[in-house]
Amino acid sequence: MTASALIIDITLWGSVAILGFMAWRRGRVVLVSSVREGSMDFINIVPRIALGVIGSGYIAAVIPPEVITGWLGPDSGWFGVLTAVIAGAATPGGPVVGFSIGAVALKVGGGTPQVIAYVVAWALFAFQRMILWEIPFMPARFVWFRAAVSVPFPFLAAAIAMVIGKP
Amino acid sequence: MIVIGVLVAICVALVWRRDGIDGVLNILAHDLWLFGEIIPRVLAGCLLGGFIAEILPHDKVSRSLGPESGLKGLLIGTAFGAILPGGPFTAYPVAAALLTVGADFGATIAMVVSWTLIGYGRAVAWELPILGTDFTLWRIVISLPIPVLAGWLGRGVFVRMYPKGEPS
Repeated sequence: MTASALIIDITLWGSVAILGFMAWRRGRVVLVSSVREGSMDFINIVPRIALGVIGSGYIAAVIPPEVITGWLGPDSGWFGVLTAVIAGAATPGGPVVGFSIGAVALKVGGGTPQVIAYVVAWALFAFQRMILWEIPFMPARFVWFRAAVSVPFPFLAAAIAMVIGKP
Repeated sequence: MIVIGVLVAICVALVWRRDGIDGVLNILAHDLWLFGEIIPRVLAGCLLGGFIAEILPHDKVSRSLGPESGLKGLLIGTAFGAILPGGPFTAYPVAAALLTVGADFGATIAMVVSWTLIGYGRAVAWELPILGTDFTLWRIVISLPIPVLAGWLGRGVFVRMYPKGEPS
């Protein structure tokens, strides 16, 4: 286990302990009912997470990172931004893959606004995170709604990057 | 979930055709390992969500994060998303809990988008070392207005789509 994973687990379970303590101060009934509520959510979510984790591994295996890098080529302008946004949404894997592809694109001559659009689109729409985390936890209507209203923003970020330029 | 199941089945078939049964089993073993690693964190996230749903007073949440909370609600959502510790296993259960205690789609969108775009956790752990300080800071500065704008857009569209409140 790496140090950062350890820190994450400590803050996570620390927050659980603090909030659990606060619930307990409100009375045993509050504590019991919130633990029951949380455990029920957990039981309901485990099968979906299982499908998400195992499934997204196979989806990622079908989309090799080279394909994504190809879409992020040095093609500048708005067409480049559009392909960058699609590439961001289609990038499989966790943050290492997403940011590394961005770094490679910068090195091979991708424009900064395009890479910004890529990173922002990846943060907003990466299909693996949506399948694995957002859809199991959130109401489906919220997820589609959130994704739909987020569509303009990678383009906005690219536009800002084009206007103000790199400092 | 059915759509995802079908998609996964197709991808399993593609991997099987390309790499044979060994390829399929390799990925399965790796993902089961990952699943085991994630599961305790998911439990922690669900418990956090449960506590938040019980502890936070509903009237207060719907006043500061509800449909009538205005720009202030969107800013609170954004700030909350930016400082939230942990990964997706905390962000999404907590966001779902906020929705149940009276936050509207707008404030919750601001929170989720803020967590993905300006949350410090991922930026410090991954983006800084891989993409460098200059790029990361610049990207974050450009992203600062996005959570509020996305929340504002979401709230506006929501009110037009469901003028009488969310259908059950």
